[in-house]
Amino acid sequence: MTITLNGKETSFGEEITIQELLEQGYVEMQEYVTVQINENIIPRADYGTYVIKDKDVVECLYYMGGGK
Amino acid sequence: MNFTNAQLERYSRHIILEDIGVKGQEKLLNGKVLIIGTGGLGAPAALYLGAAGIGTIGLVDGDTVDLSNLQRQVIHSSQDVGKAKVISGKESINAINEDVNVITYQERATADNIKDIIRDQDYDFILDGTDNFPVKFLINDACVMLKKPFSHAGIIRFQGQTMTYVPGKGPCYRCIFKNPPPPDVVPTCQQAGVLGVMGGVIGTIQATEAIKYITDVGNLLTGYLLTYDAKKLEFRKVKLAGDKNCAVCGENPTIKKLIDYEIAACSIADSKKIG
Repeated sequence: MTITLNGKETSFGEEITIQELLEQGYVEMQEYVTVQINENIIPRADYGTYVIKDKDVVECLYYMGGGK
Repeated sequence: MNFTNAQLERYSRHIILEDIGVKGQEKLLNGKVLIIGTGGLGAPAALYLGAAGIGTIGLVDGDTVDLSNLQRQVIHSSQDVGKAKVISGKESINAINEDVNVITYQERATADNIKDIIRDQDYDFILDGTDNFPVKFLINDACVMLKKPFSHAGIIRFQGQTMTYVPGKGPCYRCIFKNPPPPDVVPTCQQAGVLGVMGGVIGTIQATEAIKYITDVGNLLTGYLLTYDAKKLEFRKVKLAGDKNCAVCGENPTIKKLIDYEIAACSIADSKKIG
């Protein structure tokens, strides 16, 4: 399947969960992102069970705390 | 209002703009912007907003100027080390433009004082230039409760991001990020470092949003998160989902009182990789 991950087309051999995506290293700083799929925020508790589908648009939004 | 000759000359490059003109400049001179944090983000924002002739600028910061601030906090100078940041900031703004009434709040924003500070001058627009999640959530919640627009931003290493909240016009910060991360999970600039110019790029975008809001020009960054990766020189504008179940701005809010989350202790020297 091919998804759009943070604006870039990315292919996977099979469907994977959000948790698996984060663990596979496609996302920098996987420890704390909020994940939006097809413009829906996915609850953190569902990361282990939510299966990403072909053509999904996935945005990993980073917590960014700096400023001073 | 009647402009003096000096004001007509000072603001001539604004006044000549079709979208701003005399009316827009008048709005700016009557405008009131509160900047919380006069550091990497707040410093460039305050300088540009002062130069633009924002009539009232509030500065909130409890810190004094440290030598390590000067790599990016361009509102402060070497001679200001040790001085209260809000005083140093006020002096720098007024050195550029005496038209600006700078109100200083030499304190850290907390659940106890933030609403009073925002109400003090009934600020039109609030700018988040803070460096930690507890205060970022506090600013969000206070602005939602008081129905005030604000600009969120964060910077770290070579990355930055910003979004604009306008009541009723799009998601708030909590719609997207829900709760502050546990202390030590996400690094701060102090732990991870930040390229000095990141605050200049992102803070100046925040100032742009404040000016656009006050003059009612163009489209604001509501409903979008703008992300900036300086290494790749890549900007992305990510469309955001609202959350009707948001704990603070949703249909049935569960957060009705402001929360002072614990400030993360800066205990991890070697923080997690972000990019």
